[in-house]
Amino acid sequence: MRDRLEQLRGEALERLQAVSDPGTLSELRVHYLGKKGQLTEILRGMGALSAEERPVIGQVANDVRAAIEAVIAEKQEQFDRAETARRLQAETIDVTLPGKKPVRGGIHPLTKVTQEIEDIFLGMGYQIAEGPEVETDFYNFEALNLPKNHPARDMQDSFYLTDDILLRTHTSPVQIRAMRAAGGKTPLKVICPGKVYRRDDDDATHSFMFHQIEALVVGPNIRMSDLKGTLLQFVQALYGPKTQIRLRPSFFPFTEPSAEVDVTCSQCGGSGCRMCKHTGWIEILGCGMVHPKVLEYGGYDPKEVTGFAIGMGVERIAILKYDIDDIRHFYNNDLRFLGQFARM
Amino acid sequence: MNVSYRWLNEYIDLNGVEPKKLAEMMTRGGIEIDSVPSRNLGVSGVVVGYVKTREKHPDADKLSVCTVDAGTGEDLQIVCGAPNAAAGIKIPVALVGAKLPGGLQIKRAKLRGVESQGMLCSARELGINDKLLPKEQQEGLYVLPQDSEIGRDILDVLALDDSVLELDLTPNRSDCLSMLGVAYEASALTGRPVRLPDLSLRESEGKTSDRVQVSIADQELCSRYSARLIRGVKIGPSPLWMQNRLIAAGVRPISNIVDITNYVMLEYGQPLHAFDAAKVAGGRIEVRLAREGEILVTLDGQERKLEPHMLVIADAEKAIALAGVMGGLNSEVTADTVDIILESARFDGGSVRRTSRQLGLRSEASARFEKEVDPSRVPEALDRAAGLMVALAGGTAAEGVAEAVVSLPEPVAVDLSLDRVNRFLGTSLPADEVRTIWSRLGFEAKEAAEGVWRVTVPTRRGGIYRDVDLIEEVARLHGYDEIPTTPIEGPTTTGALTKPQAIRREVRNVLAGAGLYEAICYNVTSPERVGLFPSLNGDEDGVRAIPLAMPMSEERSLLRTSLLSSLIEAAAYNQSRRTGDVALFEIASVFHAKELPLAELPQEKPRLAFLLAGSRVPASWNRPAAPADFYEAKGVLEAVFERLGLGDRVSYEAAQPEGFHPGRTAAVKLETDGGPVALGYVGQLHPDLQKEFDLGDAFAAEIDLAEVYAPAGAGIVYRSLPRYPSVERDLAVVVGRETAGAALVSAVRKAAGDLLESVRVFDVYTGERLGADKKSVALALVYRHAERTLTDEEVAEAHRLALAELEQSFGAELRK
Repeated sequence: MRDRLEQLRGEALERLQAVSDPGTLSELRVHYLGKKGQLTEILRGMGALSAEERPVIGQVANDVRAAIEAVIAEKQEQFDRAETARRLQAETIDVTLPGKKPVRGGIHPLTKVTQEIEDIFLGMGYQIAEGPEVETDFYNFEALNLPKNHPARDMQDSFYLTDDILLRTHTSPVQIRAMRAAGGKTPLKVICPGKVYRRDDDDATHSFMFHQIEALVVGPNIRMSDLKGTLLQFVQALYGPKTQIRLRPSFFPFTEPSAEVDVTCSQCGGSGCRMCKHTGWIEILGCGMVHPKVLEYGGYDPKEVTGFAIGMGVERIAILKYDIDDIRHFYNNDLRFLGQFARM
Repeated sequence: MNVSYRWLNEYIDLNGVEPKKLAEMMTRGGIEIDSVPSRNLGVSGVVVGYVKTREKHPDADKLSVCTVDAGTGEDLQIVCGAPNAAAGIKIPVALVGAKLPGGLQIKRAKLRGVESQGMLCSARELGINDKLLPKEQQEGLYVLPQDSEIGRDILDVLALDDSVLELDLTPNRSDCLSMLGVAYEASALTGRPVRLPDLSLRESEGKTSDRVQVSIADQELCSRYSARLIRGVKIGPSPLWMQNRLIAAGVRPISNIVDITNYVMLEYGQPLHAFDAAKVAGGRIEVRLAREGEILVTLDGQERKLEPHMLVIADAEKAIALAGVMGGLNSEVTADTVDIILESARFDGGSVRRTSRQLGLRSEASARFEKEVDPSRVPEALDRAAGLMVALAGGTAAEGVAEAVVSLPEPVAVDLSLDRVNRFLGTSLPADEVRTIWSRLGFEAKEAAEGVWRVTVPTRRGGIYRDVDLIEEVARLHGYDEIPTTPIEGPTTTGALTKPQAIRREVRNVLAGAGLYEAICYNVTSPERVGLFPSLNGDEDGVRAIPLAMPMSEERSLLRTSLLSSLIEAAAYNQSRRTGDVALFEIASVFHAKELPLAELPQEKPRLAFLLAGSRVPASWNRPAAPADFYEAKGVLEAVFERLGLGDRVSYEAAQPEGFHPGRTAAVKLETDGGPVALGYVGQLHPDLQKEFDLGDAFAAEIDLAEVYAPAGAGIVYRSLPRYPSVERDLAVVVGRETAGAALVSAVRKAAGDLLESVRVFDVYTGERLGADKKSVALALVYRHAERTLTDEEVAEAHRLALAELEQSFGAELRK
């Protein structure tokens, strides 16, 4: 009986090894291991064995069954793998063809730059103040220490609607409105973004309508060194931590002292390039300590409080950031232009 | 202001401070210097020569052959083409080996067979702007004065070995519209002293006041007028050194008398004027307002109609000058002039400015008066010019001045403490350094106690009235770079967007995410554009677009009253550039006047508009193009409102506003606590309008944002997830084609009761089988009870009620 079992093992393993399709494998499984299979048939003779022999032969029979099952399982797995591979092969597509994208849109580059600047100041604890684009002469000029016939009004010829009402020439009137709204409270920390208008002939670098962002801080002990500290913090957030600033004395009627601010060129880092005209510096904004008269118009006592103000042109910053060749692109709304800014 | 570095050295010793270095110092100190061009554009080897003989060229009519002594030891033979070449004149000679601007190098040459050992030069060939030369010098050879030294380097003779500082002055630094002002600034920066011009004047017999009487009729507009009488002048050219300086400053030399007035104006910043005394009737000078209809021919030959607000200088009979702006032709100094009345005065800046603007007449004088001249310079400049006329024009100065004085200026005194300076700047300057700054500025500072000053500001520095003005002087001379950087002290503040700001950002993000690009259009537009969408203009009683008082063009003459009027233009712009698929939005304010002309600030309404044209989704290899349609546009709008949490409060009903397709447009309404509010429209643009702008089908919306701000973004209320199953039942009915789908939905919602969780339209069908005036609408209804599983009977009853309502209210028939 032991011999028959060993013979069965030999024959079964040989035949199973040769199987090349799952159908035959299944037939052989039934043939050897099924209820009416060869192994069962041999084991029917167990009853004739002695009590000593029976466990020994039983062990042999189990070994034979296990060996056959192992080969069948191995074969089955082979066939399964092959079948999966065939299916995957059949399902293969050209992954280099373009995908089905959601339609792409985007916000305007000026809005992007504005929001970036807003976010920096929001992080520094500023509120965003807004005001009308159509302003009175009082808020746009007088309250900013620009009385009628002031020579500095030359600097910004304006679009008047009536003798007393005009399109604002800067966002500074919002500073006055923000101060008045604060009702003398300190500290006041606001930025004022928005559209402004000047009588300029449009060309590659001038537009009669453009955007400004101004910042204003008023408090009991605001120093010019605070202005410099704030500027440095701001430009390093905007252009990177290595950015440095340089202040040049200048003149604005609403600040005293006043300064124009250069930053180290973000393109070359200060070594000199086409962008900075080989000076290493780029002028990006104007600033100063709020003029006492302006504080008074804002409802503050200049003996009690001081303040600083910063003003910049959004277009200029965007032009420098993206190296844009013509300011008019911002308002033509050419999709070939806008599309270039629809990403991080 | 153009400042000759060489000339400046006359007032301050700048030895060792090169022009570029000085420019850098001045810029860092607040006087911006744009550039520092050299006056020598590349001239070398050019010297003064004397033309001994001039013969005609044997073979060329227009050429001459000159023998020239250029101090080289032997006479040079030079062929010359200039018509004014003549024996006896002195001219610039470019010797062989000389270089001229533009890289021209002079070589020995033969011209039409005659040897030429150099070249005789015109001013232009030396790189001098010939517009700045006296008229007689603009053509041909540059004829030098007879006393020019033969062989001397022309760079020296014409002072070309010089650089010009081009000052870009801010309005507060008009003190630097003069050489002396610049010298004071250089002195403050370098600590070197200023050397003032020699003001000594030898007066001759006879008093000025015997011949000239001055009176000021309008005392508001002229605070001081001084005149001197200079007799017996000989009109001729001014000396070359003076001409050189004027040219360097950009002023054209004219004659000795005129040049002296200009020279002293540049020196002191005080404009002067010379009258021919013989033409001043009665020797009377009156400063008065122009008479109604008075006419004056100014020096430029233009006839000027004067207005009664304009200030003039008049003699006993007539106006002879426009005060501070330009002289009159009737009193002009000419070649025959013998006696001069010299004017030095202070006119009101605002008045000069108004007159000069109104007449479109700007001069070096008006530019200075406009910014207010230093009153203390009036007599100084007068004496300086008189002295020069005596020295350079052979005149004699009569004794004293004829003068009228309304008021004399008091220097301003300002109190300031060291503590205030340091607290304001955030510095810790010692008193010594601030003291040094006062002394360098030439400001007298009395120190009551250590670091407590009363600073007297000289009148030459107008515009310094307050402590902060003085602090600025300290800051700029100490150096802005030397001020530390500090963080702001005090309580921290919160930075946050206001709700409207947050809403606008959210809306931008929704729209960009939905595939639209943000546009920014001009806020001014043309009358035609303003009229395109009257229904978006607010008031029922018509457009009140606000015109600009003085528009630069018709295209930009009114403030826009709607955003779509600009977006349609942007869409057309893109489609004309073959970008057929347009999806643009804009968020901006429009401007509506309550009445015109404006008596108060107009309404500024924040709006959202968008426009879709062409395909929303472009065709791809595996997907067909999806052309934009009404429902795309409406869907975009719905997405916006849903993001704002207003999806349930906004409704749409058919509307026919002008400019839109009458069958494809909806009025958008918002349900608010105060009742429904009209927000705007969404729809297809009217085909006529599409055609006018050469657009394909275009779908657009414009919405007022202000109404949305308050209800938007109401707090999110969480509902726990359902624990019991829902039951879904469809309901397809045939109704009249005109029936609004939204009405069916809301009727079902009401009729089916609380068990109805949601209802949506999933199919709309029209076809011949139904009849032309019918449509089939299929609704999917979802029923659910929050606390238990629904029974079939409950659902059937609710569904029956829904159908009954549709049958009753809309004549609906259940579709089988």
